[in-house]
Amino acid sequence: MILTIAAKELRALFNAPLAWVVLAVLQVILAWIFLVSLDRYIALQPQLVQYPNPPGVTEFIVAPMFGSGAVVLLMLVPLLSMRLIAEERRNQTLTLLVSAPVSMTEIVVGKFLGLTLFLFAVVTLMAVMALSLIAGGKIDFGLLAANVIGLTLLGGAFAAIGLYISSLTANPVIAAVATLASLLVLWILNMGAPDPGSILHLLSLMKHYESFAKGVLDTGDLAYYALLIALFLLLAARRLDRDRLAS
Amino acid sequence: MPSLTTLPELIVGLPGTFATPGFSSALHPDPEPVSPPVLSARALSRDFGLRHAVREVSLTLARGEVLGLLGPNGAGKTTTMQMITGNLAPTAGEIQICGIDLLDHPTRAKARIGYLPETPPLYRDLTVDEFLRLAARLHRVPKARIASTVTQAQRRCGLTDMSARRIGALSKGYQQRVGIAQAIVHEPDLVVLDEPTVGLDPNQIREIRTLIRELADDHAVILSTHILPEVETVCDRVQILHQGQVVYTDNIAALKQYRGGHALTVALRRPPAVDDLKSLPGVRNVEVLSGDRFRLFHEADINPAETVVKRSVEQDWGLTELTPVETTLEEVFVHLTQSDAAEPPAP
Repeated sequence: MILTIAAKELRALFNAPLAWVVLAVLQVILAWIFLVSLDRYIALQPQLVQYPNPPGVTEFIVAPMFGSGAVVLLMLVPLLSMRLIAEERRNQTLTLLVSAPVSMTEIVVGKFLGLTLFLFAVVTLMAVMALSLIAGGKIDFGLLAANVIGLTLLGGAFAAIGLYISSLTANPVIAAVATLASLLVLWILNMGAPDPGSILHLLSLMKHYESFAKGVLDTGDLAYYALLIALFLLLAARRLDRDRLAS
Repeated sequence: MPSLTTLPELIVGLPGTFATPGFSSALHPDPEPVSPPVLSARALSRDFGLRHAVREVSLTLARGEVLGLLGPNGAGKTTTMQMITGNLAPTAGEIQICGIDLLDHPTRAKARIGYLPETPPLYRDLTVDEFLRLAARLHRVPKARIASTVTQAQRRCGLTDMSARRIGALSKGYQQRVGIAQAIVHEPDLVVLDEPTVGLDPNQIREIRTLIRELADDHAVILSTHILPEVETVCDRVQILHQGQVVYTDNIAALKQYRGGHALTVALRRPPAVDDLKSLPGVRNVEVLSGDRFRLFHEADINPAETVVKRSVEQDWGLTELTPVETTLEEVFVHLTQSDAAEPPAP
Protein backbone atom coordinates (compact mmCIF):
# COMPACT_ATOMS: atom_id res chain seq x y z
CA MET A 1 0.00 0.00 0.00
CA ILE A 2 2.88 2.33 0.86
CA LEU A 3 4.48 1.44 -2.47
CA THR A 4 1.21 2.15 -4.32
CA ILE A 5 1.12 5.64 -2.85
CA ALA A 6 4.85 6.16 -3.50
CA ALA A 7 4.37 5.08 -7.12
CA LYS A 8 1.42 7.46 -7.44
CA GLU A 9 3.57 10.35 -6.18
CA LEU A 10 6.41 9.50 -8.55
CA ARG A 11 3.96 9.29 -11.44
CA ALA A 12 2.43 12.63 -10.46
CA LEU A 13 5.94 14.16 -10.48
CA PHE A 14 6.82 12.80 -13.90
CA ASN A 15 3.39 13.50 -15.40
CA ALA A 16 3.98 17.18 -14.83
CA PRO A 17 6.86 18.90 -16.63
CA LEU A 18 8.24 20.14 -13.29
CA ALA A 19 10.23 16.99 -12.51
CA TRP A 20 11.86 16.92 -15.94
CA VAL A 21 12.73 20.62 -15.80
CA VAL A 22 14.17 20.14 -12.31
CA LEU A 23 16.30 17.18 -13.41
CA ALA A 24 17.57 19.01 -16.50
CA VAL A 25 18.42 22.26 -14.72
CA LEU A 26 20.05 20.40 -11.88
CA GLN A 27 22.14 18.38 -14.26
CA VAL A 28 23.37 21.54 -16.03
CA ILE A 29 24.29 23.30 -12.77
CA LEU A 30 26.06 20.27 -11.28
CA ALA A 31 27.86 19.52 -14.54
CA TRP A 32 29.15 23.10 -14.57
CA ILE A 33 30.41 22.81 -11.00
CA PHE A 34 31.93 19.44 -11.89
CA LEU A 35 33.77 20.84 -14.91
CA VAL A 36 35.07 23.89 -13.04
CA SER A 37 36.48 21.74 -10.23
CA LEU A 38 37.95 19.34 -12.78
CA ASP A 39 39.69 22.27 -14.52
CA ARG A 40 41.08 23.52 -11.22
CA TYR A 41 42.30 20.04 -10.37
CA ILE A 42 44.13 19.70 -13.70
CA ALA A 43 45.72 23.14 -13.22
CA LEU A 44 46.85 22.34 -9.69
CA GLN A 45 47.85 18.73 -10.29
CA PRO A 46 51.59 19.45 -10.95
CA GLN A 47 51.86 21.23 -7.59
CA LEU A 48 49.76 18.65 -5.74
CA VAL A 49 52.09 15.78 -6.55
CA GLN A 50 54.87 17.52 -4.57
CA TYR A 51 52.94 16.98 -1.33
CA PRO A 52 53.68 13.77 0.57
CA ASN A 53 49.99 12.79 0.80
CA PRO A 54 48.12 14.73 -1.92
CA PRO A 55 44.29 14.91 -2.02
CA GLY A 56 42.88 12.50 -4.59
CA VAL A 57 40.59 13.33 -7.44
CA THR A 58 37.51 12.18 -5.49
CA GLU A 59 38.35 14.40 -2.57
CA PHE A 60 39.09 17.33 -4.81
CA ILE A 61 36.17 17.12 -7.21
CA VAL A 62 33.42 14.78 -5.99
CA ALA A 63 33.07 15.97 -2.38
CA PRO A 64 32.70 19.66 -3.35
CA MET A 65 30.20 18.70 -6.06
CA PHE A 66 28.05 16.83 -3.54
CA GLY A 67 28.36 19.80 -1.19
CA SER A 68 26.95 22.08 -3.87
CA GLY A 69 24.33 19.43 -4.56
CA ALA A 70 23.22 19.70 -0.93
CA VAL A 71 22.63 23.44 -1.31
CA VAL A 72 20.73 22.89 -4.56
CA LEU A 73 18.55 20.22 -2.91
CA LEU A 74 17.80 22.64 -0.09
CA MET A 75 16.28 25.04 -2.59
CA LEU A 76 14.69 22.32 -4.68
CA VAL A 77 12.90 20.18 -2.10
CA PRO A 78 10.43 22.89 -1.00
CA LEU A 79 9.27 23.19 -4.61
CA LEU A 80 8.61 19.46 -4.81
CA SER A 81 7.31 18.83 -1.31
CA MET A 82 4.83 21.72 -1.30
CA ARG A 83 2.31 19.84 -3.39
CA LEU A 84 2.43 16.56 -1.46
CA ILE A 85 -0.47 17.27 0.87
CA ALA A 86 -1.32 20.95 0.50
CA GLU A 87 -2.27 20.57 -3.16
CA GLU A 88 -4.33 17.44 -2.53
CA ARG A 89 -6.10 19.30 0.21
CA ARG A 90 -6.80 22.28 -2.05
CA ASN A 91 -8.07 20.05 -4.89
CA GLN A 92 -10.03 17.98 -2.36
CA THR A 93 -8.44 14.78 -3.63
CA LEU A 94 -7.16 13.81 -0.19
CA THR A 95 -10.60 12.25 0.38
CA LEU A 96 -9.68 9.45 -2.01
CA LEU A 97 -6.76 8.41 0.19
CA VAL A 98 -8.55 8.99 3.50
CA SER A 99 -11.63 7.00 2.41
CA ALA A 100 -9.49 4.13 1.17
CA PRO A 101 -8.57 1.35 3.60
CA VAL A 102 -5.19 2.95 4.24
CA SER A 103 -3.85 4.33 7.50
CA MET A 104 -2.61 7.89 7.83
CA THR A 105 0.89 6.55 8.49
CA GLU A 106 0.82 4.62 5.22
CA ILE A 107 -0.28 7.75 3.35
CA VAL A 108 2.49 9.84 4.90
CA VAL A 109 5.25 7.24 4.50
CA GLY A 110 4.14 6.53 0.91
CA LYS A 111 4.31 10.19 -0.02
CA PHE A 112 7.66 10.58 1.72
CA LEU A 113 9.06 7.55 -0.06
CA GLY A 114 7.86 8.82 -3.43
CA LEU A 115 9.68 12.12 -3.05
CA THR A 116 12.80 10.52 -1.53
CA LEU A 117 13.04 8.09 -4.44
CA PHE A 118 12.99 11.06 -6.80
CA LEU A 119 15.74 12.74 -4.78
CA PHE A 120 17.69 9.48 -4.85
CA ALA A 121 17.46 9.58 -8.66
CA VAL A 122 19.00 13.06 -8.54
CA VAL A 123 21.81 11.81 -6.31
CA THR A 124 22.34 8.78 -8.56
CA LEU A 125 22.79 11.04 -11.58
CA MET A 126 25.45 12.94 -9.63
CA ALA A 127 27.17 9.67 -8.73
CA VAL A 128 27.18 8.64 -12.40
CA MET A 129 28.81 11.95 -13.26
CA ALA A 130 31.48 11.30 -10.62
CA LEU A 131 32.03 7.77 -11.96
CA SER A 132 33.01 9.26 -15.34
CA LEU A 133 36.30 10.19 -13.64
CA ILE A 134 37.29 6.54 -13.87
CA ALA A 135 38.20 7.28 -17.49
CA GLY A 136 41.12 9.46 -16.34
CA GLY A 137 42.23 8.01 -13.06
CA LYS A 138 41.42 6.13 -9.88
CA ILE A 139 38.53 7.18 -7.65
CA ASP A 140 37.85 6.52 -3.99
CA PHE A 141 34.64 4.42 -3.99
CA GLY A 142 34.31 4.56 -0.21
CA LEU A 143 34.27 8.35 -0.21
CA LEU A 144 31.83 8.41 -3.10
CA ALA A 145 29.49 5.95 -1.33
CA ALA A 146 29.60 7.99 1.88
CA ASN A 147 28.68 11.10 -0.10
CA VAL A 148 25.80 9.31 -1.83
CA ILE A 149 24.44 8.00 1.48
CA GLY A 150 24.86 11.37 3.19
CA LEU A 151 23.20 13.36 0.45
CA THR A 152 20.29 10.91 0.20
CA LEU A 153 19.74 11.09 3.96
CA LEU A 154 19.95 14.87 3.85
CA GLY A 155 17.42 14.92 1.00
CA GLY A 156 15.18 12.58 2.99
CA ALA A 157 15.36 14.91 5.99
CA PHE A 158 14.44 17.86 3.76
CA ALA A 159 11.55 15.85 2.30
CA ALA A 160 10.20 14.87 5.73
CA ILE A 161 10.25 18.46 6.95
CA GLY A 162 8.66 19.65 3.70
CA LEU A 163 5.98 16.97 3.95
CA TYR A 164 5.06 18.00 7.47
CA ILE A 165 4.84 21.67 6.57
CA SER A 166 2.77 20.77 3.52
CA SER A 167 0.32 18.97 5.81
CA LEU A 168 -0.27 22.17 7.79
CA THR A 169 -1.84 24.21 5.02
CA ALA A 170 -4.05 24.02 1.96
CA ASN A 171 -1.89 26.50 0.07
CA PRO A 172 1.16 25.01 -1.71
CA VAL A 173 2.94 28.36 -2.04
CA ILE A 174 2.79 28.98 1.69
CA ALA A 175 4.07 25.44 2.23
CA ALA A 176 7.02 26.06 -0.12
CA VAL A 177 8.04 29.37 1.45
CA ALA A 178 7.70 28.04 4.99
CA THR A 179 9.69 24.91 4.13
CA LEU A 180 12.49 26.90 2.51
CA ALA A 181 12.68 29.18 5.53
CA SER A 182 12.71 26.26 7.99
CA LEU A 183 15.39 24.38 6.05
CA LEU A 184 17.58 27.47 5.84
CA VAL A 185 17.26 28.09 9.56
CA LEU A 186 18.12 24.46 10.34
CA TRP A 187 21.02 24.70 7.88
CA ILE A 188 22.70 27.79 9.32
CA LEU A 189 21.63 27.16 12.90
CA ASN A 190 25.19 26.53 14.12
CA MET A 191 26.81 29.52 12.41
CA GLY A 192 26.75 31.71 15.48
CA ALA A 193 28.01 29.00 17.81
CA PRO A 194 31.81 28.99 18.04
CA ASP A 195 31.73 26.59 20.99
CA PRO A 196 31.98 23.08 19.44
CA GLY A 197 29.95 21.57 22.30
CA SER A 198 26.99 23.87 21.66
CA ILE A 199 23.56 22.29 21.31
CA LEU A 200 23.10 24.25 18.08
CA HIS A 201 25.70 21.97 16.43
CA LEU A 202 23.62 19.04 17.54
CA LEU A 203 20.54 20.34 15.74
CA SER A 204 22.11 21.76 12.58
CA LEU A 205 21.40 19.86 9.35
CA MET A 206 24.74 20.97 7.89
CA LYS A 207 26.93 19.93 10.80
CA HIS A 208 25.75 16.32 10.54
CA TYR A 209 26.37 16.25 6.81
CA GLU A 210 30.03 17.22 7.18
CA SER A 211 31.21 13.79 8.33
CA PHE A 212 29.63 12.10 5.28
CA ALA A 213 31.42 14.59 3.02
CA LYS A 214 34.72 13.48 4.58
CA GLY A 215 33.88 9.85 3.98
CA VAL A 216 33.03 9.02 7.60
CA LEU A 217 29.87 7.06 8.41
CA ASP A 218 29.18 8.20 11.97
CA THR A 219 26.34 6.29 13.65
CA GLY A 220 25.47 9.46 15.55
CA ASP A 221 24.88 11.31 12.31
CA LEU A 222 22.95 8.39 10.83
CA ALA A 223 20.76 8.34 13.94
CA TYR A 224 20.25 12.12 13.72
CA TYR A 225 18.80 11.87 10.22
CA ALA A 226 16.76 8.77 10.98
CA LEU A 227 15.23 10.38 14.06
CA LEU A 228 14.57 13.66 12.26
CA ILE A 229 12.79 11.87 9.42
CA ALA A 230 10.76 9.67 11.80
CA LEU A 231 9.78 12.67 13.93
CA PHE A 232 8.45 14.76 11.06
CA LEU A 233 6.63 11.82 9.43
CA LEU A 234 4.96 11.11 12.75
CA LEU A 235 3.97 14.74 13.12
CA ALA A 236 2.53 14.77 9.58
CA ALA A 237 0.49 11.61 10.23
CA ARG A 238 -0.85 13.11 13.43
CA ARG A 239 -1.72 16.31 11.62
CA LEU A 240 -3.75 14.36 9.04
CA ASP A 241 -5.49 12.47 11.82
CA ARG A 242 -6.39 15.74 13.45
CA ASP A 243 -8.29 16.81 10.32
CA ARG A 244 -10.62 13.93 11.06
CA LEU A 245 -10.93 14.58 14.78
CA ALA A 246 -10.69 18.33 15.24
CA SER A 247 -13.73 20.49 15.60
CA MET B 1 -27.16 -24.08 20.77
CA PRO B 2 -24.60 -23.00 23.37
CA SER B 3 -25.33 -24.85 26.56
CA LEU B 4 -24.17 -22.73 29.49
CA THR B 5 -25.06 -19.14 28.76
CA THR B 6 -26.11 -16.65 31.36
CA LEU B 7 -29.05 -14.47 30.53
CA PRO B 8 -27.18 -11.25 29.63
CA GLU B 9 -24.81 -13.18 27.39
CA LEU B 10 -27.72 -14.74 25.61
CA ILE B 11 -29.31 -11.37 24.96
CA VAL B 12 -26.08 -9.81 23.76
CA GLY B 13 -25.23 -12.83 21.68
CA LEU B 14 -28.63 -13.19 20.11
CA PRO B 15 -27.88 -11.88 16.60
CA GLY B 16 -24.64 -13.86 16.64
CA THR B 17 -26.53 -17.00 17.58
CA PHE B 18 -28.64 -16.67 14.48
CA ALA B 19 -25.56 -16.24 12.37
CA THR B 20 -23.87 -19.48 13.46
CA PRO B 21 -23.74 -21.77 10.44
CA GLY B 22 -25.43 -24.75 12.00
CA PHE B 23 -28.35 -22.78 13.28
CA SER B 24 -28.94 -20.78 10.14
CA SER B 25 -28.69 -23.74 7.82
CA ALA B 26 -31.36 -25.41 9.89
CA LEU B 27 -33.62 -22.41 9.37
CA HIS B 28 -32.67 -21.48 5.83
CA PRO B 29 -32.02 -24.10 3.21
CA ASP B 30 -29.91 -21.63 1.19
CA PRO B 31 -26.23 -21.45 2.18
CA GLU B 32 -26.21 -17.67 2.80
CA PRO B 33 -26.18 -16.96 6.55
CA VAL B 34 -28.19 -14.13 8.10
CA SER B 35 -25.84 -11.19 7.85
CA PRO B 36 -25.82 -7.92 9.80
CA PRO B 37 -27.14 -4.83 8.00
CA VAL B 38 -24.68 -3.26 5.58
CA LEU B 39 -24.75 -0.05 7.55
CA SER B 40 -25.83 0.48 11.07
CA ALA B 41 -25.10 3.88 12.58
CA ARG B 42 -26.38 4.67 16.01
CA ALA B 43 -26.90 8.08 17.59
CA LEU B 44 -24.22 9.86 15.59
CA SER B 45 -23.40 13.34 16.78
CA ARG B 46 -20.80 15.76 15.61
CA ASP B 47 -19.95 19.16 17.04
CA PHE B 48 -17.89 21.85 15.38
CA GLY B 49 -16.92 24.01 18.31
CA LEU B 50 -20.17 25.08 19.89
CA ARG B 51 -22.24 24.31 16.81
CA HIS B 52 -23.99 20.94 16.71
CA ALA B 53 -23.69 19.99 13.05
CA VAL B 54 -25.33 16.59 13.52
CA ARG B 55 -27.28 15.40 16.54
CA GLU B 56 -28.29 11.82 17.32
CA VAL B 57 -28.68 10.63 13.74
CA SER B 58 -29.26 6.90 13.31
CA LEU B 59 -29.22 5.05 10.01
CA THR B 60 -29.68 1.42 9.03
CA LEU B 61 -29.41 0.08 5.56
CA ALA B 62 -29.71 -3.39 4.06
CA ARG B 63 -28.31 -4.72 0.80
CA GLY B 64 -30.41 -3.76 -2.21
CA GLU B 65 -31.78 -0.63 -0.59
CA VAL B 66 -31.36 2.98 -1.66
CA LEU B 67 -31.64 5.46 1.16
CA GLY B 68 -32.05 9.14 0.39
CA LEU B 69 -30.72 11.72 2.79
CA LEU B 70 -32.76 14.79 2.10
CA GLY B 71 -32.30 18.20 3.55
CA PRO B 72 -31.66 21.85 2.80
CA ASN B 73 -28.09 23.08 2.54
CA GLY B 74 -26.35 22.97 5.90
CA ALA B 75 -28.67 20.33 7.33
CA GLY B 76 -25.78 17.99 8.12
CA LYS B 77 -26.02 15.63 5.13
CA THR B 78 -22.36 15.92 4.15
CA THR B 79 -21.17 15.74 7.76
CA THR B 80 -23.20 12.55 8.26
CA MET B 81 -21.71 11.00 5.11
CA GLN B 82 -18.19 12.00 6.11
CA MET B 83 -18.69 10.22 9.42
CA ILE B 84 -20.06 7.07 7.79
CA THR B 85 -17.08 6.91 5.43
CA GLY B 86 -14.48 7.53 8.11
CA ASN B 87 -13.47 10.98 6.89
CA LEU B 88 -14.68 12.58 10.08
CA ALA B 89 -14.73 11.15 13.58
CA PRO B 90 -18.10 11.40 15.31
CA THR B 91 -18.23 13.22 18.63
CA ALA B 92 -20.55 10.46 19.87
CA GLY B 93 -22.22 7.38 18.47
CA GLU B 94 -21.09 4.23 16.72
CA ILE B 95 -20.91 3.03 13.13
CA GLN B 96 -20.83 -0.56 11.90
CA ILE B 97 -20.26 -1.61 8.32
CA CYS B 98 -21.40 -5.22 7.77
CA GLY B 99 -20.90 -5.74 11.50
CA ILE B 100 -17.37 -4.28 11.53
CA ASP B 101 -16.90 -1.30 13.80
CA LEU B 102 -15.61 1.61 11.71
CA LEU B 103 -13.91 3.33 14.62
CA ASP B 104 -12.18 0.22 15.97
CA HIS B 105 -11.18 -1.37 12.65
CA PRO B 106 -11.08 1.52 10.18
CA THR B 107 -9.13 -0.23 7.42
CA ARG B 108 -11.26 -3.36 7.39
CA ALA B 109 -14.49 -1.36 7.43
CA LYS B 110 -13.33 1.15 4.84
CA ALA B 111 -12.53 -1.62 2.37
CA ARG B 112 -16.28 -2.22 2.18
CA ILE B 113 -17.23 1.40 1.48
CA GLY B 114 -17.18 3.38 -1.74
CA TYR B 115 -17.51 7.12 -1.35
CA LEU B 116 -18.17 9.90 -3.82
CA PRO B 117 -17.78 13.22 -2.00
CA GLU B 118 -19.45 16.42 -3.13
CA THR B 119 -16.32 17.32 -5.12
CA PRO B 120 -15.16 14.12 -6.87
CA PRO B 121 -11.56 13.42 -5.76
CA LEU B 122 -10.04 13.12 -9.23
CA TYR B 123 -6.40 13.39 -10.27
CA ARG B 124 -6.83 15.45 -13.40
CA ASP B 125 -3.45 14.48 -14.87
CA LEU B 126 -4.25 10.76 -14.97
CA THR B 127 -6.27 9.00 -17.62
CA VAL B 128 -9.56 7.37 -16.62
CA ASP B 129 -7.92 3.96 -16.83
CA GLU B 130 -4.88 4.91 -14.72
CA PHE B 131 -7.05 6.62 -12.14
CA LEU B 132 -9.42 3.69 -11.70
CA ARG B 133 -6.50 1.28 -11.43
CA LEU B 134 -5.04 3.46 -8.70
CA ALA B 135 -8.39 3.55 -6.89
CA ALA B 136 -8.66 -0.25 -7.13
CA ARG B 137 -5.12 -0.72 -5.76
CA LEU B 138 -5.76 1.72 -2.92
CA HIS B 139 -8.85 -0.28 -2.01
CA ARG B 140 -6.79 -3.47 -1.86
CA VAL B 141 -8.31 -5.21 -4.85
CA PRO B 142 -6.11 -8.27 -5.53
CA LYS B 143 -3.69 -7.66 -8.44
CA ALA B 144 -5.17 -10.41 -10.59
CA ARG B 145 -8.63 -8.89 -10.44
CA ILE B 146 -7.76 -5.23 -11.01
CA ALA B 147 -8.07 -5.31 -14.79
CA SER B 148 -11.47 -6.99 -14.73
CA THR B 149 -12.96 -4.79 -11.99
CA VAL B 150 -11.75 -1.63 -13.74
CA THR B 151 -13.32 -2.75 -17.03
CA GLN B 152 -16.51 -3.64 -15.20
CA ALA B 153 -16.74 -0.26 -13.44
CA GLN B 154 -16.09 1.56 -16.72
CA ARG B 155 -18.79 -0.44 -18.45
CA ARG B 156 -21.35 0.26 -15.73
CA CYS B 157 -20.65 3.97 -15.74
CA GLY B 158 -20.54 4.25 -19.54
CA LEU B 159 -16.86 5.17 -19.59
CA THR B 160 -15.53 2.44 -21.86
CA ASP B 161 -14.89 4.84 -24.76
CA MET B 162 -13.22 7.34 -22.45
CA SER B 163 -10.72 5.01 -20.78
CA ALA B 164 -7.66 6.54 -22.47
CA ARG B 165 -8.73 10.17 -22.00
CA ARG B 166 -7.16 12.45 -19.43
CA ILE B 167 -9.65 13.19 -16.64
CA GLY B 168 -8.95 16.93 -16.74
CA ALA B 169 -10.10 16.99 -20.37
CA LEU B 170 -13.46 15.34 -19.67
CA SER B 171 -16.77 17.19 -19.31
CA LYS B 172 -18.36 17.65 -15.90
CA GLY B 173 -20.83 14.83 -16.53
CA TYR B 174 -18.10 12.35 -17.40
CA GLN B 175 -15.98 13.48 -14.47
CA GLN B 176 -18.95 12.75 -12.22
CA ARG B 177 -19.17 9.27 -13.75
CA VAL B 178 -15.48 8.72 -13.08
CA GLY B 179 -16.22 9.75 -9.50
CA ILE B 180 -18.95 7.12 -9.27
CA ALA B 181 -16.78 4.50 -11.00
CA GLN B 182 -14.09 5.21 -8.41
CA ALA B 183 -16.64 4.54 -5.66
CA ILE B 184 -17.74 1.16 -7.04
CA VAL B 185 -14.53 -0.19 -8.57
CA HIS B 186 -13.72 -2.35 -5.53
CA GLU B 187 -17.28 -3.72 -5.39
CA PRO B 188 -18.04 -2.31 -1.96
CA ASP B 189 -21.03 -3.34 0.11
CA LEU B 190 -21.96 0.26 0.82
CA VAL B 191 -21.89 3.06 -1.75
CA VAL B 192 -22.15 6.60 -0.40
CA LEU B 193 -22.90 9.31 -2.95
CA ASP B 194 -22.95 12.95 -1.90
CA GLU B 195 -25.15 14.97 -4.25
CA PRO B 196 -24.29 12.84 -7.29
CA THR B 197 -26.37 14.82 -9.79
CA VAL B 198 -25.38 18.36 -8.89
CA GLY B 199 -24.25 20.43 -11.85
CA LEU B 200 -25.31 17.94 -14.52
CA ASP B 201 -27.68 18.54 -17.42
CA PRO B 202 -31.11 16.83 -17.42
CA ASN B 203 -30.00 13.99 -19.69
CA GLN B 204 -26.98 13.21 -17.54
CA ILE B 205 -29.12 13.42 -14.42
CA ARG B 206 -31.45 10.79 -15.86
CA GLU B 207 -28.53 8.51 -16.77
CA ILE B 208 -26.95 8.83 -13.34
CA ARG B 209 -30.28 8.07 -11.67
CA THR B 210 -30.66 4.94 -13.77
CA LEU B 211 -27.13 3.95 -12.83
CA ILE B 212 -27.86 4.43 -9.13
CA ARG B 213 -30.94 2.22 -9.43
CA GLU B 214 -28.79 -0.46 -11.07
CA LEU B 215 -26.19 -0.19 -8.31
CA ALA B 216 -28.88 -1.04 -5.79
CA ASP B 217 -29.09 -4.53 -7.27
CA ASP B 218 -25.95 -5.63 -5.47
CA HIS B 219 -24.92 -2.77 -3.22
CA ALA B 220 -26.56 -0.72 -0.52
CA VAL B 221 -26.63 2.92 -1.57
CA ILE B 222 -26.95 6.14 0.36
CA LEU B 223 -27.32 9.34 -1.57
CA SER B 224 -27.83 12.87 -0.41
CA THR B 225 -29.73 15.52 -2.26
CA HIS B 226 -31.84 18.58 -1.76
CA ILE B 227 -34.03 17.77 -4.74
CA LEU B 228 -37.29 16.13 -3.70
CA PRO B 229 -38.22 14.50 -7.06
CA GLU B 230 -34.79 12.88 -7.15
CA VAL B 231 -35.52 11.04 -3.95
CA GLU B 232 -38.87 9.95 -5.28
CA THR B 233 -37.47 8.46 -8.47
CA VAL B 234 -34.41 6.76 -7.01
CA CYS B 235 -34.82 5.92 -3.35
CA ASP B 236 -36.72 3.25 -1.43
CA ARG B 237 -36.51 5.06 1.86
CA VAL B 238 -35.88 8.60 2.89
CA GLN B 239 -34.55 10.37 5.94
CA ILE B 240 -35.01 14.08 6.12
CA LEU B 241 -32.42 16.04 8.05
CA HIS B 242 -33.05 19.49 9.37
CA GLN B 243 -30.54 21.42 11.45
CA GLY B 244 -28.59 18.25 12.12
CA GLN B 245 -31.50 16.16 13.28
CA VAL B 246 -33.61 13.51 11.60
CA VAL B 247 -37.09 14.97 11.34
CA TYR B 248 -38.60 12.28 9.16
CA THR B 249 -37.87 8.64 8.39
CA ASP B 250 -40.14 6.56 6.25
CA ASN B 251 -40.60 4.96 2.90
CA ILE B 252 -41.21 6.97 -0.23
CA ALA B 253 -44.93 6.28 -0.51
CA ALA B 254 -45.56 7.96 2.82
CA LEU B 255 -43.55 10.96 1.75
CA LYS B 256 -45.61 11.27 -1.40
CA GLN B 257 -48.74 11.45 0.71
CA TYR B 258 -47.07 14.14 2.72
CA ARG B 259 -46.50 16.00 -0.44
CA GLY B 260 -50.14 15.65 -1.54
CA GLY B 261 -50.83 18.97 0.06
CA HIS B 262 -54.60 18.65 0.10
CA ALA B 263 -55.24 21.44 -2.35
CA LEU B 264 -56.43 21.73 -5.96
CA THR B 265 -55.85 24.48 -8.47
CA VAL B 266 -59.00 25.04 -10.52
CA ALA B 267 -59.48 27.32 -13.51
CA LEU B 268 -63.04 28.06 -14.67
CA ARG B 269 -64.09 30.06 -17.72
CA ARG B 270 -67.41 31.08 -16.15
CA PRO B 271 -66.75 30.91 -12.43
CA PRO B 272 -69.56 30.89 -9.88
CA ALA B 273 -69.48 32.88 -6.67
CA VAL B 274 -66.68 31.99 -4.31
CA ASP B 275 -69.21 30.88 -1.72
CA ASP B 276 -70.55 28.26 -4.15
CA LEU B 277 -67.08 26.75 -4.35
CA LYS B 278 -66.66 26.92 -0.62
CA SER B 279 -69.86 24.95 -0.16
CA LEU B 280 -68.54 21.96 -2.13
CA PRO B 281 -68.20 18.90 0.10
CA GLY B 282 -64.77 18.61 1.69
CA VAL B 283 -63.61 22.11 0.76
CA ARG B 284 -62.27 24.01 3.75
CA ASN B 285 -61.19 27.22 2.15
CA VAL B 286 -60.89 28.92 -1.24
CA GLU B 287 -58.17 31.27 -2.32
CA VAL B 288 -58.72 33.41 -5.42
CA LEU B 289 -55.52 33.34 -7.47
CA SER B 290 -56.82 35.51 -10.33
CA GLY B 291 -60.22 36.30 -11.86
CA ASP B 292 -60.89 32.72 -12.95
CA ARG B 293 -58.32 30.63 -11.06
CA PHE B 294 -58.90 29.36 -7.59
CA ARG B 295 -57.09 27.24 -5.06
CA LEU B 296 -59.35 24.88 -3.16
CA PHE B 297 -58.00 23.61 0.17
CA HIS B 298 -59.74 20.42 1.14
CA GLU B 299 -59.89 17.87 3.94
CA ALA B 300 -57.27 15.16 3.82
CA ASP B 301 -59.75 12.32 3.37
CA ILE B 302 -62.21 13.93 0.92
CA ASN B 303 -60.93 14.86 -2.51
CA PRO B 304 -63.44 17.23 -4.18
CA ALA B 305 -61.96 16.83 -7.69
CA GLU B 306 -64.78 14.58 -8.82
CA THR B 307 -67.45 16.93 -7.47
CA VAL B 308 -65.82 19.91 -9.16
CA VAL B 309 -65.94 18.18 -12.52
CA LYS B 310 -69.53 17.08 -12.03
CA ARG B 311 -70.73 20.55 -10.94
CA SER B 312 -68.82 22.20 -13.73
CA VAL B 313 -70.67 20.12 -16.28
CA GLU B 314 -74.05 20.56 -14.61
CA GLN B 315 -73.78 24.31 -14.11
CA ASP B 316 -71.62 25.09 -17.16
CA TRP B 317 -68.63 26.59 -15.29
CA GLY B 318 -66.29 25.85 -18.19
CA LEU B 319 -63.54 23.90 -16.42
CA THR B 320 -60.13 24.45 -18.08
CA GLU B 321 -57.70 23.31 -15.40
CA LEU B 322 -57.76 20.93 -12.46
CA THR B 323 -54.40 20.20 -10.85
CA PRO B 324 -53.54 18.78 -7.47
CA VAL B 325 -51.15 21.18 -5.75
CA GLU B 326 -47.90 19.49 -4.85
CA THR B 327 -46.20 20.77 -1.77
CA THR B 328 -42.70 22.06 -2.33
CA LEU B 329 -39.80 20.76 -0.33
CA GLU B 330 -39.83 23.94 1.71
CA GLU B 331 -43.43 23.37 2.66
CA VAL B 332 -42.68 19.78 3.63
CA PHE B 333 -39.89 21.08 5.83
CA VAL B 334 -42.13 23.66 7.41
CA HIS B 335 -44.60 20.87 7.97
CA LEU B 336 -42.06 18.58 9.55
CA THR B 337 -40.05 21.06 11.54
CA GLN B 338 -42.81 23.20 12.97
CA SER B 339 -44.93 20.33 14.10
CA ASP B 340 -46.74 22.33 16.78
CA ALA B 341 -47.99 24.86 14.24
CA ALA B 342 -48.83 22.33 11.55
CA GLU B 343 -51.73 19.99 11.34
CA PRO B 344 -51.25 16.26 12.05
CA PRO B 345 -49.55 14.25 9.28
CA ALA B 346 -51.40 12.76 6.36
CA PRO B 347 -53.22 9.45 6.77
